[in-house]
Amino acid sequence: MRMSSPILKIENLQAKVADEDLQILKGVDLELNAGEIHAIMGPNGSGKSTLAKILAGHPGYEVTGGSVTFEGEDILEAEPDERSQAGIFLAFQYPVEIPGVSIANFLRTALQAHSGDEELDLFEFSDLLMEKMEMLEMDPSFAERPVNDGFSGGEKKRNEILQMACLRPKLALMDETDSGLDIDALQIVAKGVNKLREDNPEMTILLITHYQRLLNYIKPDHVHVMVQGRIVQSGGPEVALKLEDDGYAEFIPAAAGEEG
Amino acid sequence: MPQNETVQELGLDEYKYGFVDKEQHVFRTQPGLSEEVVRQISAHKEEPEWMLDFRLKALEIYESKPMPNWGGDLSGLQDTLDEIYFYVRPQDKMEHSWDDVPDNIKDTFEKLGIPEAEQKVLAGVGAQYESEMVYHSLKQEWDEKGVIFDSIEDGLKKHPELFKKYFGTVIPTADNKFSAMNSAVWSGGSFVYIPPGVELDTPLQAYFRVNQELMGQFERTLIIAGEGSRAHYVEGCTAPAYSTDSFHSGVIEIVVEKNAHFRYTTIQNWSHNMYNLVTQRSIVHENATMEWLDGNLGSKLTMKYPSCYLVGEGAHGNILSIAYSGDGQHQDTGGKIIHAAPNTTSSIVSKSISKGTGRSSYRGLLQVHDGARNAKSNVECDALLIDETAKTDTYPYIEIDEKSAHIGHEATVSKVGDEQLFYLMSRGMSEEEAMALIVRGFIEPIAKELPLEYAVELNRLIELEMEGSVG
Repeated sequence: MRMSSPILKIENLQAKVADEDLQILKGVDLELNAGEIHAIMGPNGSGKSTLAKILAGHPGYEVTGGSVTFEGEDILEAEPDERSQAGIFLAFQYPVEIPGVSIANFLRTALQAHSGDEELDLFEFSDLLMEKMEMLEMDPSFAERPVNDGFSGGEKKRNEILQMACLRPKLALMDETDSGLDIDALQIVAKGVNKLREDNPEMTILLITHYQRLLNYIKPDHVHVMVQGRIVQSGGPEVALKLEDDGYAEFIPAAAGEEG
Repeated sequence: MPQNETVQELGLDEYKYGFVDKEQHVFRTQPGLSEEVVRQISAHKEEPEWMLDFRLKALEIYESKPMPNWGGDLSGLQDTLDEIYFYVRPQDKMEHSWDDVPDNIKDTFEKLGIPEAEQKVLAGVGAQYESEMVYHSLKQEWDEKGVIFDSIEDGLKKHPELFKKYFGTVIPTADNKFSAMNSAVWSGGSFVYIPPGVELDTPLQAYFRVNQELMGQFERTLIIAGEGSRAHYVEGCTAPAYSTDSFHSGVIEIVVEKNAHFRYTTIQNWSHNMYNLVTQRSIVHENATMEWLDGNLGSKLTMKYPSCYLVGEGAHGNILSIAYSGDGQHQDTGGKIIHAAPNTTSSIVSKSISKGTGRSSYRGLLQVHDGARNAKSNVECDALLIDETAKTDTYPYIEIDEKSAHIGHEATVSKVGDEQLFYLMSRGMSEEEAMALIVRGFIEPIAKELPLEYAVELNRLIELEMEGSVG
């Protein structure tokens, strides 16, 4: 029975934009077991990216109801850094630029934060970084570039996966990682994610995506359709394939669109 | 690197260098400024007649000039000036060997982390304790090359002709009220002469420290970089914290001869109750380069605009300026470049960080004289605001009398954004660590120009100042 207790359990989650009267999540239920890959698909404005940000603790949203537990612990009161240290990782849809801070310096600081009082071994860190960059087919000089500053869309996404590879989360939330990637970049990113999973089969992944395309490379166990702040359908990979053919029309009521 | 703990070990809320050791002065003037005080200073230093005349004339000019009504708030300054001692001398003689330096002064240096570096690496530190050089050693190599690195007093005594030729020529007494004040009461500072063609790999370093309550410091530095020479002068300042206002007004004059390359680096971390009004200027001759690297962290009010007067064809001036303003502080800083000859080039990069009720102002003057053909200049000023209450403003004055000039000016103001903080925190960093990393990134273009130990110190000082700015 212990085996089946979910790593992430979301019950009736409701949330709005922090300073506005704009309800985005209207009762989301979701359970992820360790090692599973789930995909949430949905049209623009359905709330799927918001869900990912709320799980990571984004201050721009306010939870108005429901609960989220990670490994059995309520995480809604935890700060983003505490969630990260507990093993949650968000790969950003729009990674943020940090001018003047090199990727190596950034990752070293992040890894030091994760290792707490124990001093990070700089040689081990350097080896880890080089190994993961090689896996993601990144040039070693990339480590010295300022974080996301002047990066192409593909470079930004690859940098997110690099961080994920170094931080080795238990739960990876991947927010539209496929957007803005050409097919070559998409394949490299997907290959990297699959490799991470081979090394660490217990890693749970929640993919947020608009398109089926990514799911050709990262195979989900479960696919959920989100519309207007609710999960409206769940099933296996076939759900995604059907969406590819039919679109979201059948899920969207006539009055849709007010949520932008 | 566990930053939190490092920061805590160092004592968070206290001004880091705010210790006070027992005063042991030998001679000081009465409080306030008067002709009597000026005469006493000059007599005490056993100066030649011309210097006494120079000082007395400067005092007249000082008294005739009104208090500036621009820049920062100087309304409380006159009261301060009436109370402070304009001259204090801690010891009767200059020390040439470390063993001769009194223990309490060594103790002060130790707290500043000086002796190790000094003894083992920097054989040639001229360190200023209170108003005068008490310890001053010169690397043998420099002696052999004919480099002069003395206290300003010894410069006047030992090299009178050289001294007289250049003293007061870069910054005339009447330039501004505080250059006049300094000219009347100057004490301490460095005299540097680099002979033609001499290149120095190790920076010349002076460490300044004000250590007596209500004492103004009026250091005067004169540097001559001879033709084709190459050198770097580094000055760092810290002052203990006191509850009453204090005052610092230095004058730095630099002559950069033809084809010479000179850099002047200063990181100033005055205590937060100090007025810091400094005039620093260079005259840059044909195909020579002058670089100012100017960091201002402490003080209540700083008004400081390092200047390059590009008077020779092909001269280059470069100003890098960094300022940090915390609660109750105003940094009014920037730079001044005068293009007075053809094919001169210049660049100003200014970066400021403001937090709490702090205010950072960029004030810059860029002048291209008629006939300074093909002058090129680029000015970039970036301000980073840590929170909602911090303020920044920009006063770029540009005066162009030459059609062929190419001038670029760019100013940005950024706020530490919620998205940036969230991004870093989502990678496991605390809000404080995230903020420190963003600030380090912001100043990186300037920090990378500093000698390593100064870059580390700059980052650490800013982290200490930032502490308590979040949450």
